[in-house]
Amino acid sequence: MELSNNNTQFSLYGIFKTVLVRDLVVAFRHPSDLVNPLIFFMIVVTLFPLAVSPEKQFLAQAAPGVLWVAALLATLLSLDMLFQSDFQDGTLEQLLLSPQPLYIGILAKVMGHWLLSGLPLTLLSPLLAFMMFLPSEALPALMITLLLGTPVLSFIGAVGSALTVGLRKSGLLLSLLVLPLYIPVLIFSAGAVQAATIGLPIIGHVALLGAMLALALVLAPLAISAGLRISLGS
Amino acid sequence: MWTWFHRLGSPRWFYNISGRWLPWLSVAAAILIITGTVWALAFAPQDYQQGNSFRIIYIHVPSALLAQSCYMIMAVAGAIGLIWKMKLADMAAKSCASIGASFTLLALVTGAVWGKPTWGTWWVWDARLTSMLILFFLYLGIVALHSAISDRDQAAKATAVLALVGLVNIPIIKYSVEWWNTLHQPATFTLTEKPAMPAEMWVPLLIMVLGFYCFFTVVLIMRTRFEILVREWRTSWVKEILAKS
Repeated sequence: MELSNNNTQFSLYGIFKTVLVRDLVVAFRHPSDLVNPLIFFMIVVTLFPLAVSPEKQFLAQAAPGVLWVAALLATLLSLDMLFQSDFQDGTLEQLLLSPQPLYIGILAKVMGHWLLSGLPLTLLSPLLAFMMFLPSEALPALMITLLLGTPVLSFIGAVGSALTVGLRKSGLLLSLLVLPLYIPVLIFSAGAVQAATIGLPIIGHVALLGAMLALALVLAPLAISAGLRISLGS
Repeated sequence: MWTWFHRLGSPRWFYNISGRWLPWLSVAAAILIITGTVWALAFAPQDYQQGNSFRIIYIHVPSALLAQSCYMIMAVAGAIGLIWKMKLADMAAKSCASIGASFTLLALVTGAVWGKPTWGTWWVWDARLTSMLILFFLYLGIVALHSAISDRDQAAKATAVLALVGLVNIPIIKYSVEWWNTLHQPATFTLTEKPAMPAEMWVPLLIMVLGFYCFFTVVLIMRTRFEILVREWRTSWVKEILAKS
């Protein structure tokens, strides 16, 4: 007992840190996997002015929705890197077999996914917001909603990812499962940015997003671990 | 007290007992639906605003109710299957998914048919319609996941988890869609605020709702029985039944 308390390797924080650092290191060895969702985000945003209208007035109005839908799709595409390669090389099995609580390991994995997808998207968003003529007073709202909303997307996506890991052609199936569950986040986030463009308070939307994040933080890892155990055939 | 619950674990017991219920339920469903339909279409008074077009309510409302309660039943059955590893619950949950999807589609289609004469358009992004559409997507996701996993038990467990996640999400989706609607557009249509119905109108509706629930139970039992036969075809009692018929 004393040994495990002293040894950070086996404390809860130690597990969290080990899994997180490992995921980050693995991801940084394949930089293109990190950059691709961001490029996708930019391309999708670029499509809208080309498809609908490049007028400043229209784009400013459509910007909150377009930016959020693009961010959502980019997150969806990046879900692949969450469990798939770990499943293929057996790391995922090790995580499940380890005597440490799976909850913590999953929390670390989702956190790692967010650091590699949601956070870069948030940091990139001001650039695209300027290209879409989003009024500058709405920029903080966009950043805040992305900061609070993308972790929720990572959590919900991880549930779907856990249920489909190991299936053939899981990509399209994953989006069928996950997209309907993304709708509340999209509504409140895009709504907050929309409200900010016309100078309305956004605190209500932000509070709801925070509530969703809290709920996802508590409940999603349970569903994810159940999903992983099922997918790996316990 | 719990023996009936444990007995449910045996597909054979359920197959026998449900075979006895089935005729009664089918007759009840037929009587209720026929009475309700005739009463609703021929004898119920016209709506003073919508005329005869309101009569589709007698199909629309029961199917919308069933679409929602079917999801609950599916999620509860899935939870029972996950917790107590009851095969029967897995089969019932699987049957619920496709039945629920059909009722959701029926509610959406009848809603569109109703919307055309009253609102002048087939589809509006009204909060109720939108949340029904999302419910339909949730059902389709569950059906898709079930058919994508080849292992039967694994498929049942995975869809049960997904159904439970969806169950947590349904209230969130419902309220978010309602708030989104009030944020974006003020209530253009006041159809959702029904005028207080007279008894001649709501009694046939109640009969139709009961009839639909009986019909749903019949279909659920039939599909589950079919599922039992498919899964247990190697056992001797199923072979006996098949030999008889």
